[in-house]
Amino acid sequence: MATNSPTNSSIRKLNKRWGEFMIKSWLVVCSALSLITTAAIVILLVVESFSFFQNVSPSEFFFGTRWVPILEPSSFGVLPLLWGTLQVTIGAALIAIPLGLASAIYLSEYASDRMRSWVKPALELLAGIPTVVYGYFALTFITPLLRNIFPEIQVFNALSAAIVVGIMILPTIATLSDNALRAVPESLRQAAYAVGATSYEVTTRVVVPAGLSGVMASFLLAISRAIGETMAVTLAAGQTPNLTLSMFESIQTMTSYIVQISLGDTPAGGVAYQTLFAVAALLFFITLIINIISQLILERFREVYD
Amino acid sequence: MAFSSEREKLNLRKRHARARGFAFLCALVTWSSVLILGILLFQVCIDGFGWLDWEFINSFPSRFPDRAGIKSALVGTMWLISLVAAISIPVGVSTALYLEEFAAKGRLSKLIEVNIANLAGVPSIVYGILGLAVFVRYFALGRSLISGALTMSLLILPIIIIASREAIRTVPMSIRYAALSLGATRWQTTWAHVLPASFPGIMTGVILSLSRAIGETAPIIMIGALTFVAFLPAGPMDSFTVLSIQIYNWVARPQPEFHDLAAAGIIVLLAVLLLMNATAIYIRSKTERRLK
Repeated sequence: MATNSPTNSSIRKLNKRWGEFMIKSWLVVCSALSLITTAAIVILLVVESFSFFQNVSPSEFFFGTRWVPILEPSSFGVLPLLWGTLQVTIGAALIAIPLGLASAIYLSEYASDRMRSWVKPALELLAGIPTVVYGYFALTFITPLLRNIFPEIQVFNALSAAIVVGIMILPTIATLSDNALRAVPESLRQAAYAVGATSYEVTTRVVVPAGLSGVMASFLLAISRAIGETMAVTLAAGQTPNLTLSMFESIQTMTSYIVQISLGDTPAGGVAYQTLFAVAALLFFITLIINIISQLILERFREVYD
Repeated sequence: MAFSSEREKLNLRKRHARARGFAFLCALVTWSSVLILGILLFQVCIDGFGWLDWEFINSFPSRFPDRAGIKSALVGTMWLISLVAAISIPVGVSTALYLEEFAAKGRLSKLIEVNIANLAGVPSIVYGILGLAVFVRYFALGRSLISGALTMSLLILPIIIIASREAIRTVPMSIRYAALSLGATRWQTTWAHVLPASFPGIMTGVILSLSRAIGETAPIIMIGALTFVAFLPAGPMDSFTVLSIQIYNWVARPQPEFHDLAAAGIIVLLAVLLLMNATAIYIRSKTERRLK
């Protein structure tokens, strides 16, 4: 196809430039899609929540203590759902943070490379298991176990959900914190050992403080995952909006409420349908704030070593 | 003097004992986590293995546990994943290429970057609501495969983009300079050199994100995939069910027989996921060897 005629070659150049332009435009459109997605989520949630708040006062929504969206007399206090989510999240964090951090310390400070090459993929596998499987695990394994220990516990209960979500987010904390701890330079450890510190003192007073920003970010990321977790919580914790301190009773979280409504035949346009968006907006903004804080911690407080 | 050194000795012994105890504790915790994984898999296998046969895979769901199977769910999952792959791979890789190879490092690309990081943290159920409002209702695509696939694509796009960018970044600059210096355009360089060089890394990321899409349940429930589908979808506009929904449906029933059916379904689901993960690990190890 090689031609020496000047017109042909300039046409080819033009074609090339034209093609290049088309391709670049396509790439730009694809990249813009991510911005459009975010905009669509925010606009949808804000607009639909706005029409919800024309029917229900914000003070009733944010401070009301009864959540009865479908039956009459209805009441739209979101606190029971928020509290249910909090119960599961706090329980899960109490389990996953100490255990996850301990696993991360073992992986980065104590395990041999051989050990590591076995344990880390196993933990990643644990993280890759679909959440509906964890729901099955909660209902058929953890809840019966809990009922043997505490006979008064209900079939659906917050404790089982918290335990299973804790197991679910543990690998996130372990693998991300392990990365953060391994990024701490060896020279810091050697310096501490040289002045006579034991491995425990090196870990708790040098390595963990030096990697703290990454460790904290992993905690927050895991907590935000726990808040947004849906299927395991829906299966294990039940569908009863319940403002209780007890972990033994059936509760409902924000996410499981959304599932409950979408499984039912709620007609589009009604107040009950709008609650979907109001609850989702609350969920979205809570997790967004936590994610942003976690990114800020990573950016602002990262210790840079050379 | 002697007294003090005696005390120091005691103190030192205590410190060493504490260090040993701590190391032991950390190891114990880690291995317990792995043990939990083992128990979980073992339990599922025990519950479900008896139900797992060809009839289970080749039957439609049923009210009677003996006759129930996952045919429609399995076919639905394959449909969904093929559509998700067809949508999300071109778009995701294109975005990654733009951000790494074309975009000027300015405010806009920084904005897109932060935005993608945040999208990756949005709970999956929120994507479900977005899909319900935009694809099912606004574009009137109904509770169809294509609605599900579009929603799921939005969900895994951030993961594909982040993984692809990391893979593209590992391509040495010298390869780009070599191509550009011979008169290749930006796109020719990208298409003929950067993309092939980063292909294994991109594939690994893609496979892992697709396996996440297979396991996701919540957004598909929001879209309104049916739980009882006694037919096979014939095209993207048909209604459908997927494995994870079928499992959810069985777990949510009170009868223990259905729980065992769920366990059998979980075995199939985990087998599919394991196969995909193994493929990803294989690709990764093969390219690591080549780079060495």
